[in-house]
Amino acid sequence: MGIVQGDQMTLNIGPQHPSTHGVLRLEVKTDGEIVSEIRPHIGYLHRCFEKHSENVTYEQVIPFTDRCDYLAAMNSNFGYVVAMEDLMEIKVPERVDYIRVIMGELNRIASHLLALGVYGLDVGAFTPFLYMLRDRERILDMFEYTCGARLLYNYMWVGGVSHDLPKDFVKICTDFLDYFEPQISEYNELLTYNKIFIERTADVGVLPADVAVSFGVTGPNLRGSGVKWDVRRDEPYSIYDRFEFDVPTGTGEFGTVGDCFDRYWVRMLEVKESVKILRQALKDIPSGDVHQAIPKKIRPAKGSIYRRTESPRGDLGYYIVSDGTPVASRVKMRSPAFTALSVLDEISRGWMISDVIAILGSLDIVLGEIDR
Amino acid sequence: MTVDMLMDWFATFGDFPVFAFILAVVISGIPLFLIMALNAMVAVYVERKVSAFMMDRIGPMGQGPGLHAGKWGLLQTAADAIKLLVKEDTVPESSDKILFKMAPFIIFIGAFLGLAAVPFSQTLQVADFNVGVFYIIAVGSIGVIGIVMAGWASNNKWSLYGAMRSAAQIISYEIPAGLSIIVPIMMAGTLNLQELIHYQSGTVWGILPNWIIFNNPFSFVAFFIFFISVIAETNRTPFDIPEAESELVAGWMTEYSGFRWAIFFLSEYANMLIVSGLAVAGFLGGWGAPFLDYSTQVPGDYFGSWEKLLH
Repeated sequence: MGIVQGDQMTLNIGPQHPSTHGVLRLEVKTDGEIVSEIRPHIGYLHRCFEKHSENVTYEQVIPFTDRCDYLAAMNSNFGYVVAMEDLMEIKVPERVDYIRVIMGELNRIASHLLALGVYGLDVGAFTPFLYMLRDRERILDMFEYTCGARLLYNYMWVGGVSHDLPKDFVKICTDFLDYFEPQISEYNELLTYNKIFIERTADVGVLPADVAVSFGVTGPNLRGSGVKWDVRRDEPYSIYDRFEFDVPTGTGEFGTVGDCFDRYWVRMLEVKESVKILRQALKDIPSGDVHQAIPKKIRPAKGSIYRRTESPRGDLGYYIVSDGTPVASRVKMRSPAFTALSVLDEISRGWMISDVIAILGSLDIVLGEIDR
Repeated sequence: MTVDMLMDWFATFGDFPVFAFILAVVISGIPLFLIMALNAMVAVYVERKVSAFMMDRIGPMGQGPGLHAGKWGLLQTAADAIKLLVKEDTVPESSDKILFKMAPFIIFIGAFLGLAAVPFSQTLQVADFNVGVFYIIAVGSIGVIGIVMAGWASNNKWSLYGAMRSAAQIISYEIPAGLSIIVPIMMAGTLNLQELIHYQSGTVWGILPNWIIFNNPFSFVAFFIFFISVIAETNRTPFDIPEAESELVAGWMTEYSGFRWAIFFLSEYANMLIVSGLAVAGFLGGWGAPFLDYSTQVPGDYFGSWEKLLH
């Protein structure tokens, strides 16, 4: 049987489009509704992160990291300060480490909730999105209570954090977790086990493990393909080696390993693991001064460092080169969302346009971090 | 039926058949249009409010009667309608302007013609055909032409995708819808909507209304097949792929604005009313009250109707 090849039509998805998660333009070559090639065009949100970083002092870079991955700004801060502290060989007080882990995991939950909710929105389910944002709101309230900001925190400083936790934070956070844990099963009833949702996501956009590794895909997208890799477990930074938690991987519950459903499902399971870590951290958080180890002058010795941390989107790496002045010679951020986007063309060929939206949503990209 | 009644009534004043016919059609058409508009307003309001409560929101809250903020957004849809009326009616530069302007009319005609045959009561029905069911299904397909026209004339790839999806979906779901509505037709042995409703009067086993849906298990299943396929035919969630807001933004309506868009909107909700009317007439006893037997009654004798007022 011969293959009928019609004329190809170029379709531009974006830059203004509800499902591109920011300002992304996808140049899609289609035959009817079947996609034969996708070329992502990025750079609409480019804000010269690297050039800025070479012109401001080390501590002034932190607000810029907020604005890269704006959905998980705590984790962006976290990666930078961990790298800086290793470069300057600063030992931070234990309380600071605990606070950072708590904040990082709370922000991971918030980021995943948005990713899961928006994914539901992408495949046509409106209600779970609002339910998840309602609960995310409580996390943002906690951040606001702690440091005054709801989205871009500038909370983690080199050697410490900007504000100590409020006195009743542990209670508020525990209350939230008690409320939140049963909500996860509500999300599952509402969205995960919905027949329509499974039909739209299972077996769609399969990302095999070897392709994922060769493209450098990390984070939940990689784990969705069945690769058990998590920087928190395999290269523990801060105090992650003290906590008990699993690294969920995709099992192909309703389809093939590495399909859209697996990537979604891994995020949902990771939310549960974050709750587990939070409970442990809230239990043994020590007291102490959070400002004690903050250096008066941030002037690292000549040298360079690369540190990676696990942001909600994957391996977030910072490469910092110091020439002995208070201004960095070079700061490079390795963006996990960038590699996730690069694999889009590979896994969405041959699918329909509506599946491309589902695949793009399942990769959970943040354009602020891709463009920087 | 109202057209016939009005013409009979006009005949008592003198012999002017053509003028009487036009007058009768216009007089019965105006309330039909009002039904269409009112239906859309109420349905939109209820839809927004109920879905808001389901989604843990409050829905529209302003625009009510009274002082600022008002009550429960009661006039929200009225305000929206006024907004659409005064909005600029844009026609894209590169569009096929004649087709672009014609498409809303064709879609509207399809919806309006269908509504004319919906039986609201024994006498409150603009046109009572002996092939009512067939007629409604037939004119329901006119809208597809308008949809494809709108999508093509917009000269927009997204509109074209939306139109193609919509046409494919409406045509393919017409088959199960048509086959399942055949069940009541064959049981009652008539295509006339009034006779279909009369067939369903009384009770079955003395406990259930003698509606076709309860008559046997197959008609029960047929009702749900009909229900699902008309949801798809009217492009409602979860069959809203032609409008899939996450992909096609607004489907074939993307380039339309102002009152042309409002016409699409009206027709969409009118189509929902029509298929609901068909489902009720075919499976759920139509306008008749359950349990009562009115199959032998003289037309117009039941629930005192227009006929009495007119004579």
